[in-house]
Amino acid sequence: MSDVFTKSMARNIYYGGSVFFLLLFLALTFDTLGEIPKRDNHEALTPQVALGKKVWEDNDCIGCHTLLGEGAYFAPELGNVYKRFGNSTDAIVGFIKSRPVEGIPGRRSMPQFNLSDEELEAVAAFLKYASEINAANWPPNIQG
Amino acid sequence: MKYSSQAVAKPYFIAAIGLFIGQILFGVILGLQYVIGDFLFPEIPFNVARMVHTNLLIVWLLFGFMGASYYLVPEEAERELHSPMLAWVLFWVFLVAGALTILGYLLVPYAQLAELTMNDLLPTMGREFLEQPTITKIGIVIVALGFLFNVGMTILGGRKTVVNLVLLTGLTGLAVFFLFAFYVPDNLVLDKYFWWWVVHLWVEGVWELILGAILAFVLIKTTGVDREVIEKWLYVIIAMTLITGIIGTGHHFFWIGTPEYWQWWGSIFSAMEPIPFFMMTVFAFNMVNRRRRDHPNKVAVLWALGTAVMAFLGAGVWGFLHTLAPINYYTHGTQITAAHGHMAFYGAYVMIVLTIISYAMPILRGQEAADPRAQVVEMWSFWLMTVSMVFITLFLTAAGVLQVWMQRYTEMPESFMVVQEKIEIFYWLRELAGVVFLLGLIVYVVSFFVKGGEREMASDVVADTA
Repeated sequence: MSDVFTKSMARNIYYGGSVFFLLLFLALTFDTLGEIPKRDNHEALTPQVALGKKVWEDNDCIGCHTLLGEGAYFAPELGNVYKRFGNSTDAIVGFIKSRPVEGIPGRRSMPQFNLSDEELEAVAAFLKYASEINAANWPPNIQG
Repeated sequence: MKYSSQAVAKPYFIAAIGLFIGQILFGVILGLQYVIGDFLFPEIPFNVARMVHTNLLIVWLLFGFMGASYYLVPEEAERELHSPMLAWVLFWVFLVAGALTILGYLLVPYAQLAELTMNDLLPTMGREFLEQPTITKIGIVIVALGFLFNVGMTILGGRKTVVNLVLLTGLTGLAVFFLFAFYVPDNLVLDKYFWWWVVHLWVEGVWELILGAILAFVLIKTTGVDREVIEKWLYVIIAMTLITGIIGTGHHFFWIGTPEYWQWWGSIFSAMEPIPFFMMTVFAFNMVNRRRRDHPNKVAVLWALGTAVMAFLGAGVWGFLHTLAPINYYTHGTQITAAHGHMAFYGAYVMIVLTIISYAMPILRGQEAADPRAQVVEMWSFWLMTVSMVFITLFLTAAGVLQVWMQRYTEMPESFMVVQEKIEIFYWLRELAGVVFLLGLIVYVVSFFVKGGEREMASDVVADTA
């Protein structure tokens, strides 16, 4: 770089640019926090859903699955699993419950987590809640 | 070595390499589980192996960053480290805490680990990359604060170079943004929104400052180019990093229940995120071409050029590939993401840590540079690891394109598991490339033990060009 562009100019761009865009980001975040309640399905956030999220986290479900596209890519997307399973929490409960302890020879299989009925119902309720968040029409189709 | 306290960097580098080996072993296990679904099941399920793989990566990179800081901060500040003792204490605290956490993942089911570590008191477990028990997270904060204090005191009491100040800014940002790991609201949208404040603002924000500072330091030392020139470049690069990268966080806010204007903000700003990486490539090659001395440590220069190129490809090009909202709509959460993640982490962060290790380790062992024979072996490891990572990325990209096509972008979308079986061949190829990577890593470790004619470093050989 030529001498016209000095180190102190570069430094000023760094400080000025960083501060400006950090403040812009905070402003956008402020606006976002105001907009989120219109889309986040918080009406459905019952104590049962909160428990379900806890069960989801305590068993590290995100280590295999994606949820709204984030997580691991080893197992199906679950942001819309409630809809994929025919709008049925029972189907979700049945699936988790029926996983074989020793897995399936040669194939990927979900572990048997030995969840209680309360936990099973809760995690299904959590996935129903997640499926009703307005995620800008994502995923593109029911297969996730 | 100009200051005896720099020696404390050595255990950090050794620990980093040790954990790197563990990370890659689990990577190979994961790759195999992709094609032999019941491999090690139910003893080590995929999610556990993945936690070990990603957490080891983060921990060894942090060891690398800390080692780099302990090495370069005293040299830049022209004084001894504030407290080598504190650095040693924190080393053992971090290593033991890290090892116990990994053992916890492997020895007990995750839900039981949550119980054992009393996660319910302050639940923070079970989120991607932040799976550590709350007690470990608190430990990380304590280690980070102690480390920042030690490095900060050294910098403030010595010569304040741009390299040191940028490094300190990056490290402080690292510690500050980690605090969002403790915010886990029940509301999934808010949870995801602020989770990215750790993950994105780390790897596409403040970590790039650390990367830039380490790269600048190694280039100053190995090329002898005027510090003023290098510092100007560093400022411009990190300015572009933060100008594009902060709002670029928006590319994670497309489909998680956040307002749709983020599709514009995120697309436009993250489309510019390759710019600082491109500048970094131009910068590194420019400095090496304009070098005023031929440093005997050729392999360190190779790593420095390599990280500049691979960070641009992995973070820049492979990031851009799927960052525009209309494209990301189809690629979000597929093997495309995995492809990008692998090459970006390797190119930007693995390689910068290996750069500073390559530069500093011979000096810490009493030589200006490793014996030429050892350097040749290390260069072999450079090419084996780098080329195999390129192939890992290409195979995962192929898998991802097919996955997007069959599962998302078609009239008759097929189910996830059906598609996974159809693209299996690419997972096999990826695993093969992964094994080559492991071989490269073994060669890397071997390079430290290659004996040649010992060339003791005369204290006046390392001319300080600063």
